Amino acid sequence: MGLAALSANLLLVSFIAYLVATLFFGGAVKGAKSEASYKNNRWGKIAITITIIGFITHVGYFVTRWMASGHAPVSNMFEFTTAFGMMLVGAFILLFYLYRTPSLGLFALPIAIIIIGYASMFPREITPLIPALKSYWLTVHVITAALGESILAISAVAGLIYLLKNIDLTKKSKQRFWLEAVIFTLILVVGFVLSSSAFKLTGYEAHFTYTDKNEQLAKIEYNYPPLFGMHEYESLTPDVMTPWAEMPPIVNAKTLTTFVWSIASGILLYLILRLIFRRPIAALLQPFAKKANSQLMDEIGYRAVMIGFPVFTLGALIFAMIWAHEAWSRFWGWDPKEVWALITWLFYAAFLHLRLSRGWEGEKSAWLAVIGFIIIMFNLIAVNLIIAGLHSYA
Amino acid sequence: MSKIKCQCGHDNPFGTVLCERCGRPQTEEAKESKLVDMRYEGSARRSQTYKRSIIDKIWNFFSSVKIGISIIVAVLTTAAIGTIFPQKLYVPVSGEAELAAYYERLYGIPGTIYYKLGFHDMYNSWWFITLIGMLGTSIIIASVDRVIPLYKSLKKQRTKRHPSFMKRQRIYGEGPSENPDDALIEAEGQLKELRYKVKTEDGALLAEKNRFSRWGPYVNHAGLIIFLFGILLRGIPGFYVDETMWIREGETRSIPGAEGYYLESKAFIIENYTKEEADEVFGDALERVGMIAKNYQTDVTLYKKEEGSLPGSNQTNFVKDYSIIVNKPLKFDGYNVFQMDFRLDELKSMTFKLTEKATDASFGEFTVDLTNPEREYELDNGARVILSDYYPDYDGIENGEPTSKSPIPNNPAFIFKMVTPAKPDGEMSFVAIKQTLETEVNDYKVNFVSAETRDISGLTVRKDKTLYLLLVGGIIFMIGVSQGSYWNHRRIWIQKGPDGGLLVAGHTNKNWFSLKKELDKVKDAANLPSYEDRQDKESNLDDKEVDKI
Repeated sequence: MGLAALSANLLLVSFIAYLVATLFFGGAVKGAKSEASYKNNRWGKIAITITIIGFITHVGYFVTRWMASGHAPVSNMFEFTTAFGMMLVGAFILLFYLYRTPSLGLFALPIAIIIIGYASMFPREITPLIPALKSYWLTVHVITAALGESILAISAVAGLIYLLKNIDLTKKSKQRFWLEAVIFTLILVVGFVLSSSAFKLTGYEAHFTYTDKNEQLAKIEYNYPPLFGMHEYESLTPDVMTPWAEMPPIVNAKTLTTFVWSIASGILLYLILRLIFRRPIAALLQPFAKKANSQLMDEIGYRAVMIGFPVFTLGALIFAMIWAHEAWSRFWGWDPKEVWALITWLFYAAFLHLRLSRGWEGEKSAWLAVIGFIIIMFNLIAVNLIIAGLHSYA
Repeated sequence: MSKIKCQCGHDNPFGTVLCERCGRPQTEEAKESKLVDMRYEGSARRSQTYKRSIIDKIWNFFSSVKIGISIIVAVLTTAAIGTIFPQKLYVPVSGEAELAAYYERLYGIPGTIYYKLGFHDMYNSWWFITLIGMLGTSIIIASVDRVIPLYKSLKKQRTKRHPSFMKRQRIYGEGPSENPDDALIEAEGQLKELRYKVKTEDGALLAEKNRFSRWGPYVNHAGLIIFLFGILLRGIPGFYVDETMWIREGETRSIPGAEGYYLESKAFIIENYTKEEADEVFGDALERVGMIAKNYQTDVTLYKKEEGSLPGSNQTNFVKDYSIIVNKPLKFDGYNVFQMDFRLDELKSMTFKLTEKATDASFGEFTVDLTNPEREYELDNGARVILSDYYPDYDGIENGEPTSKSPIPNNPAFIFKMVTPAKPDGEMSFVAIKQTLETEVNDYKVNFVSAETRDISGLTVRKDKTLYLLLVGGIIFMIGVSQGSYWNHRRIWIQKGPDGGLLVAGHTNKNWFSLKKELDKVKDAANLPSYEDRQDKESNLDDKEVDKI
C-alpha cells in the first residue's frame, strides 16, 4: 500500500473512531446524575480513549500525506479543513484533561465529524505546490492559524452547550429561534455532505463551456444536475437537464447550483427530522446538555478563547504578515482573507473586552463564542469559495 | 480634590471605591453590594473622578471600554463591507471613469452605489483612517487611565483586610477553627508549596501569585501602539519605497527607488509540473486541473554605480548574481526585489533579407533590434537598407499615416528605403507582419526571415524601514497577550475572625476553576472552613446532593 492510500485509510479510521467515541460520551452523560458525579465515569474513560485513538490515526493521516506529497498537507480546501478538524479534536482533548467534562466531548466530536465530512467533499488528490505556496511559512503560518482557530472553536462548543442548557425551549423567544437557527445551519452542512456524496456515488457529471467575466471561453464540470447555467453556456454532455436560468458572468452558477442543492437537501433533512420527532431539534438535544455545569461551560468557553487568541494572533496575523512580505512583497494587502482574519481577531478582542470590562458572562458570552465560530467558518468557506482572492486555492 | 480618609487611617485619593490598604468599601454603592467589584482593585481612576473640563471629557470618552468596543465593532464592520466587492487595488482597470464603468458593468446598481460611496477604496478612505486613529487613541488613554492606579493599589495593598472586604469576595468562607494559629501556619506551608508568595501580619495571611499577568493587557496595548506608530511612519518619505519595474531578458536597467543600483536580467524561466517528474503522487491532480505552475524565476546580476563617479557616467561594479523566485526575493541594502509578474515572448528582433524580385538574388540579411533599431544596414554588393520609419505597435493607417498604439513591439511595422547599385535613389517599401505595401512597383523587396523573442519579468522593488518597528510591536504584543492569557493573578486571604474563627477569601482575574482546586488543597491541609463560589449556584447544589448521599 502506498503512503497516499495508507493516509486515506487512516483518515477513515479516525472518522469512525470519532463516531464511536461520540456514542460513548453520550453514554457517559446519560448515566451521570450531575456534573459532580460523572467526572470519572467508566463510559467517559472509554470514550476519551477511543477519541485519542482516533486523534492518533488522524495525525497518522497528516504525517503520511505529508511524506507522500513532500509538503505540509494544508495546501487546499480538503487538506486545510481536515487538518482543522484534527486540531479541533486535539484542542478538545487538551480541554478535556483540564476540566474532565464528557458533555464537551458529546458536542465537540459531532462538530469535528461534520467538518471532516465537509472537507472530503472537495477534491482529495494530492496537488503539487504552486510557486506562491513554496515556502516553509506555508507550514508555519497555516498550522498555527488553524490551531488557533480550532481552540477558539472549542469555546463555541462550550457556548452551545451553555445555551442548550439554559435557554427555555418551551416558550417562544428570540433566543430559542436563534439557537434553532444555529442547529439548522449544522444540519444544512450535513445535507450538503449527504447530497454531494449521493451524486458522487452515482458518478454524475455534466460538462459545459461558457464565457467568463474577462470574456474568455472556459470549460466547467458540474457534479450536480445544473439548476443554473454559466454565462452563455453550451452543454457538452448530452441528456443532462437544461438549466433553469443563465447567470451573469460574475455569478459562478456552479457554486450557486451546489449551494441551492445543499440548502434544498438540508431543508429536506431538517423537515424529516422535525416530522419524526415533532419537536425543535434544539429541544431534542437539550437533555444531552442538561447535565453540564453552566459555570464550568462558561469558564471553558472563556479559557478556550484565552488559550486560542494568542495562538490565532501569532498564526493568522503575525506569521501571515511575515510570509506575505516574503511572497507578495507587502505584509498586508487588504486581500479578503486577510481582512476576515483581522475581523476575526477584532471580534475576539471585542469579546475579551466585553467580558473583562463590561461583565458579559454566561449567556451573552456564550452567544458571542458561537458568533465567533460562525465568523471563522465564514472565512473558511465563503471567503474561499465566493469572495475570490489570493487565498482561493480550492 | 480632597483625600478620602478610611476608618483604618489610610488617605485614599479622591474617587477610590475600595480602600487601598484595608479594602473597606468607601462608596455607598460598594457598601450596599453583596459582591465587590474587583476590577482595577476599586482604585481611583482619572476618568471616573474628573468630569469637568473639555480635556476631562475627551479623556473620559476615550478611556471608556464601551467606546473602545464600539470603535472595534465599527472598524470590523467597515472592514467587512470592504470585502463585498473587490477593492480598487484588485480591479484590472484604473482611472475614475473606467472604475465607475467597471463596477457598474459587473455588479449593476449595487456596484454603482458601492463605487459612489467610496467603498471600492475603503481602506484608504478618510473615515477608515479616522477610525484607526480613534482606536489608537482609545488604546493609549484607556490603558494609562487604568494601569497607574492599578499599579499603585496593588503595591499598597495590606495583608490584613477588613472583614467587610473579605465578605464581599466571590470566593468566601467563614467558620470556627480549633486552632486558628496552627491553621494559618499549615496554610502558609501549603500555599508556599503551590508557589504562592505569602505575607503574614497580625493573624492574617495574604498569598499571591503571578501578579505580573495583570500587566499583560498594558504590555500588549503598548505593542499595538508601536505597531500603529510604525504604520504612521510609512508616510514619511524615504521610509518606504514601493516601485514596479519591467525588465526584458538581456536588458540592464536602473532600479527605481534604489539610487545607484542597476539590474541586468539574464533570463526569465517558467516551469510547469510534468507528468514524468510528478509521477504517481500528483498524477490525478494534473489530470484534473491541467497545467500547474512550478516555478517563476528571473536570473539577474546586480550592479552598483561606482562611489564618487561623475553623474551620468556608467561606471558600475558587479555586486552579485541571484535567481529571484517567488518567496525568495533579492535582498540588498535594505531593499527587496520580488518576482511578481511576467510577459512571455515579446518580439526582440526581426531578421530580413533584401532580394531582387526578378532573379531572387539576395544581397544578404540584416537584423533590426526592435527596442533600439539602427537607422542603416549595410549589405553585400554595395546595397543598403535605410529604416526611414518604425511603428513598434502598428495599429492601421490613419489620415494616410501609419500609427503606433504604444512603444512596445507587439506588432512592428517598418518603412524601408532600399538603396541598390541599380536604384541609387532608393525604393520605398512598407513592411508589416504578413503584409507588404509599395507606393509604386519596386524591383527589389525586403523579405521576412525570422524573429527572435524574449521574456519580460515584472519585479517589485520595496524598501521598508518600518518593518523592524512593526516586528518589535508584534513581538511585544505577543509577550503581553501571552503574559495576560497564560498566567492568572491569584490571591487568597486567610485571617482570624472577630470571634475566634477563620475567614477565607479568594480572588483571581480569571480561571476560577484552578483557583478553587488550589484552595481545596489548602483547605484540606490546614483544615480551613469550607467556602462558596457565589457565582456557581449549580455546583453548590451538587455538593449538597453529594453530601446527602
